[in-house]
Amino acid sequence: MSVLVNKDTKVLVQGFTGKNGTFHAEQALKCGTKVVGGVTPGKGGSEHLGLPVFNTMKDAVRETQADASVIYVPAAFAKDSILEAIDSGVKLVVCITEGVPTLDMLYVKKAVDEAGVRLIGPNCPGIITPGECKIGIMPWHIHNPGRIGIVSRSGTLTYEAVAQTTALGLGQSTCIGIGGDPIPGTSHIDALKLFQDDPDTDAIVMIGEIGGSAEEEAAEFAKAYVTKPVVGYIAGVTAPKGKRMGHAGAIISGGKGTAEEKFKAFERAGIAYTRSPAEIGKTMYELLKSKNMI
Amino acid sequence: MNLHEYQAKELLARYGLPVQKGILAKTPEEAAAAYDTLGGKFAVVKAQVHAGGRGKAGGVKVVKTREEAADVAATLIGKNLVTYQTDAAGQPVNSVLVCEDMYPVERELYLGAVVDRGSQRVVFMVSTEGGVEIEKVAEETPEKIIKIEVDPLVGMQPFQTRDAAFALGLKGGQVAAFSKLMLGAYQAFVENDFALFEVNPLALRENGELACVDGKINLDSNALFRHADLAALRDKSQENEREVKASEFDLNYVALEGNIGCMVNGAGLAMATMDIIKLKGGQPANFLDVGGGATRERVVEAFKLILADSSVKGVLINIFGGIVRCDMIAEAIIAAVKEVNVTVPVVVRLEGNNAELGAKLLEESGLKLTSAQGLNDAAEKIVAAVAAL
Repeated sequence: MSVLVNKDTKVLVQGFTGKNGTFHAEQALKCGTKVVGGVTPGKGGSEHLGLPVFNTMKDAVRETQADASVIYVPAAFAKDSILEAIDSGVKLVVCITEGVPTLDMLYVKKAVDEAGVRLIGPNCPGIITPGECKIGIMPWHIHNPGRIGIVSRSGTLTYEAVAQTTALGLGQSTCIGIGGDPIPGTSHIDALKLFQDDPDTDAIVMIGEIGGSAEEEAAEFAKAYVTKPVVGYIAGVTAPKGKRMGHAGAIISGGKGTAEEKFKAFERAGIAYTRSPAEIGKTMYELLKSKNMI
Repeated sequence: MNLHEYQAKELLARYGLPVQKGILAKTPEEAAAAYDTLGGKFAVVKAQVHAGGRGKAGGVKVVKTREEAADVAATLIGKNLVTYQTDAAGQPVNSVLVCEDMYPVERELYLGAVVDRGSQRVVFMVSTEGGVEIEKVAEETPEKIIKIEVDPLVGMQPFQTRDAAFALGLKGGQVAAFSKLMLGAYQAFVENDFALFEVNPLALRENGELACVDGKINLDSNALFRHADLAALRDKSQENEREVKASEFDLNYVALEGNIGCMVNGAGLAMATMDIIKLKGGQPANFLDVGGGATRERVVEAFKLILADSSVKGVLINIFGGIVRCDMIAEAIIAAVKEVNVTVPVVVRLEGNNAELGAKLLEESGLKLTSAQGLNDAAEKIVAAVAAL
């Protein structure tokens, strides 16, 4: 097993025939993901990358029995696409799109919660179970099947943690990029819970950044619920206050949401952490060694 | 994106909020004429800048004559106003808002709203402690801030506004007036994609009426595509010049005070790169995310942007290829180094998609680019190179 996705997961692509949808669907197919088709309204009935194109998600799910969808539509249409995915009956929706208005996400978050659908993103790299299923834009060749679960608000910083753990021979069970927006579909806590409950994950890397208090809450949750080793890292120690650092959610506002507060929360919860983005893998390796887990 | 006070008040007035009357003036003559038009005994002249703390910084003055209004306008317009919220250079004042005088007032209240990340709702805040910094109230007497969470599916309900009104100690007709004001504010918030909204102070006048004496609105930049009217209100003079330039090319750039320029793909990795430069004893000069869909043109512009900062003594390029192919970045770096006259040391770390091809291109370029293996190596190399200058 793994978390949320595996070799049997059937994936639909929303925004299938667009440039991003096409490129990343090709990549996903190359590494063995079961992409079963996609949706582009108005192009239903045609074929793309040798797979069927549908007009609506409902048609697509009926014909393919897909379990998951990945969204590559422009920000203005992301809300509609997520709501359409929920309505179609898929249980996992991964929204890669960056720049979705925050108020749209307030509705969307309520809708996914009520429908019992797991949304990952928006503004995220997606989710991958190495060797089995890749839903998103991550470079799959840096991953290696293994037993470390990785959750992160940042895309490329996730790749960094992946490459480091791979280089040390650890490998990953599943990596979840939850995205850099203020209202994410999946939180650090959700991911910690999934990894804790997954028998094939032995340890967890949690990567956060400035802004909000999700990492503090996750640290408390970890202390109470997670028995597996956790390594934390926070980006943005040098970020100035009141400035948005690229991600919509990465801002220290009213003096709250600093990296220091988050490191302190890790300390309070007894979570191992590193202040160097180059030593995430090493910190995990040493922690596992100290527990005689490798 | 921030709005000026006068823009915020105009917008709120459209939603039925009672705002303090004011006339925008761009010259001392216009300020004098505005004083006449308002026709009161006193008027208040307020500098229009994107920063709080204007009063204490001398940006808000009470005037008693048209001449005084002109004088105050003349001292403010064309200068920079430095407040506790600005940097040392301050913000340029291009206009003043000449407002009707409302004082003395019975009480100064506070009304604000944000998208709260914890509850994942729009949360309104009211307080009897208006007229002072709300952060201070929140810290010292948090019980004096009343929070009202709004369900996004049903919107603000009248009972919630009545709860707030009674908590503020309003009486009689004031309750209905406040309810109307708060419902209007919520409407304005959700229809215009506010990220933050604040009326501080909300004056309860001696005649029992309410008036928004100030107005602060911050808009969700991601939603501007559906608000062309609001996007047109952007005042670039209030923003950092290089940050404005960056936004034209869809680059995320934030100026810092160090001397090592950074070009990174991804916001998290860009912050982490700044952090590791600091950890290795250097000082980052900027945050710069070239983004996922970085084109060659954007990378060239990113390079120009970093080098336009005269304090930059070296550049670290850190690219982890996800969507972005490293060979494309390498080509862009080569093109930029040739186009811009790069004299500072440049360390390049390429990893991920087509990294080897990218490194090969850099090596074969014949240019003085130092390549690095991994984050540690990259940070150490650039810090050493800059220290050696």
